[in-house]
Amino acid sequence: MPVKIFVPCDSASLALGADAVAAAIAAEAALRGLPIDLVRNGSRGMFWLEPLVEVQTPNGRVAYGPVTVRDIASLFDAQFQTGAAHRLQRGLTEEIAYLRQQERLTFSRMGVIAPLSLAEFEAHGGFAGLRHALTLAPSEVVQQVLDSGLRGRGGAAFPAGIKWRTVAGAPARQKYIVCNADEGDSGTYSDRMVMEGDPFMLIEGMAIAAVATGATQGLVYLRSEYPHALATLRAAINLATAAGFLGDAILGSPHSFHLEVRKAAGAYICGEETAMLESIEGKRGVVRAKPPIPAVQGLFGQPTVINNVITLASVPLILARGAAYYKNYGVGRSHGTLPIQLTGNIKYGGLVEKAFGVTLRQLLFGFGGGSASGRPIKAVQVGGPLGAYVPEALWDVPLDYEAYAAVGMTVGHGGLVVHDDTADLSQLARYAMEFCAIESCGKCTPCRIGSTRGVEVIDRITRGGDKQASQVGLLRDLCDTMLHGSLCALGGMTPNPVLSALNHYPQDFGLASPVPEAA
Amino acid sequence: MSSVVDGTPPLEQIQALVAAKKHLPGALLPILHDIQDALGHVPAAAVGLIASALHLSRAEVHGVLSFYHHFRTAPAAPTVLQLCRAEACQSMGANRLWAHACDTLALDAAHGGTSADGAITLAPVYCLGLCSTAPALALNEHPHARVDAEQFDRLVAAARSVPCR
Repeated sequence: MPVKIFVPCDSASLALGADAVAAAIAAEAALRGLPIDLVRNGSRGMFWLEPLVEVQTPNGRVAYGPVTVRDIASLFDAQFQTGAAHRLQRGLTEEIAYLRQQERLTFSRMGVIAPLSLAEFEAHGGFAGLRHALTLAPSEVVQQVLDSGLRGRGGAAFPAGIKWRTVAGAPARQKYIVCNADEGDSGTYSDRMVMEGDPFMLIEGMAIAAVATGATQGLVYLRSEYPHALATLRAAINLATAAGFLGDAILGSPHSFHLEVRKAAGAYICGEETAMLESIEGKRGVVRAKPPIPAVQGLFGQPTVINNVITLASVPLILARGAAYYKNYGVGRSHGTLPIQLTGNIKYGGLVEKAFGVTLRQLLFGFGGGSASGRPIKAVQVGGPLGAYVPEALWDVPLDYEAYAAVGMTVGHGGLVVHDDTADLSQLARYAMEFCAIESCGKCTPCRIGSTRGVEVIDRITRGGDKQASQVGLLRDLCDTMLHGSLCALGGMTPNPVLSALNHYPQDFGLASPVPEAA
Repeated sequence: MSSVVDGTPPLEQIQALVAAKKHLPGALLPILHDIQDALGHVPAAAVGLIASALHLSRAEVHGVLSFYHHFRTAPAAPTVLQLCRAEACQSMGANRLWAHACDTLALDAAHGGTSADGAITLAPVYCLGLCSTAPALALNEHPHARVDAEQFDRLVAAARSVPCR
């Protein structure tokens, strides 16, 4: 039997040279006459170890990383193909503390299987959820999702089952399942990992949504910045269709579900669900006023389930293991797990799937090992570009939608961007306004014009002078207008990073003492 | 594709690309993508052809074309470098890297653009999903992570010595 050697094909692994490492391993094995079976798996999500090469041994998979082309000869000299010791050896992959201390429910197959192997997907529990769903009445499938407590993982945290129930109950000849894969937030890539590393899981989740609601057409709106995810997902859809998991009469059932990918075109606003619908319909990504909600009148005016990638990817396990199994993870009304992304200036950056309730301090130091630069961590932006900058005083709040909201924070899509003490929070606040100005769809005034004025006001504050105090008041007024007057979350939440920076780091704005918060 | 080189838009090719997708619900973005993928940009001459095929006004097509950052109406250089300028990359020095890139290529630091020798187009991008290995860039859609000035210079030198597409 040739020994199995795994080299990831995740974009982040490729960005660190995984293709060259894979080629060098194949060449060196051929040179030495060693038969190997080179598998391109997804990434385990421990990016400081990428490219992470694994070797199958009788005791389990042994990890080596980070591996460069220069290490290949010495790895073979050390007999790494038997799992032998080497300075890059990290022991059994599953025993690495970073992985062992996670609750990998949705990401259980991530990095384990070859992304496009239907056989491996099924051998690791894949399609068990869909098969079970096909034995249930659609209303029972919806009930499972309701009972699991699953909330939208894209940021808004709306209960997924309620959306599904609304669409299931809406009479229409055509209903749609739309997957929002326009993962534009800096500090997030869990959607990308799913599409590149375990794409059949997303397909299975969407098929279950179709069975539950009576939708027969699905679309994945996938950002153009993710060419590898696009190629992998399209290949996976073709394979799943050929194998009868998609298409007419899926698995011989009365349910039909056709799935296609639509490539986005680099507009952040199209991650907002109604702007995304406009974009799929072939228009500019301009936000729609709600109501009507998309579950009633969505894509092409038809009832539409819109869920983010991670939400849909969480569903197969719920159907396979039961709602209670999933619901038992988490705290309060935040059930299940969240794939958290540790990013930016962090020593051990990566994907950490944990049950709700974990704290930032545990994530930053227990998993992340502190900053990459070795300097003190100054601020953590949680939940993407529209999330607050969180100072150390709040790092012990449990990760929980309600607990975060109570202190002005957002969970968002689970991205943490770490900044060390060289960061200038006034410039990050300015960037938040600038980004809003670049990406505003232009439909509502507070967002379109407020963001531009915001940049100007922040510049006037940081220049100092006797008008500084009045400009701070003006910035707070402006943020208040954006918060209450914007049509969607872009204008409505840009004040989060701006005001949190101003409130917690006034010295960065040239303000001497802490600024009292506006009532 | 010689017509792209001599500057005349290949109208027949555009017609064929439009015809292939025009019956798709919401066909406009897929058509624009296909044209840009084939020609490297969406020439002005395509706007009228698309408009009449989809029963839209030219203004509507132009509105969509100009709304999305991804679409280009003029050709880019053979090598397109997209440098991430978002927060996670900023925390690891992306602003310095951007300044270095603009400096090296003698480009306007506000927007980037195409270098004077026509070899390299530099554009900002807001997140490539490589946030744990920042700062990141994509070279003709191929990802590179933990990029420093030295590696940037190597990538640019390599791109200039070998035609990339």
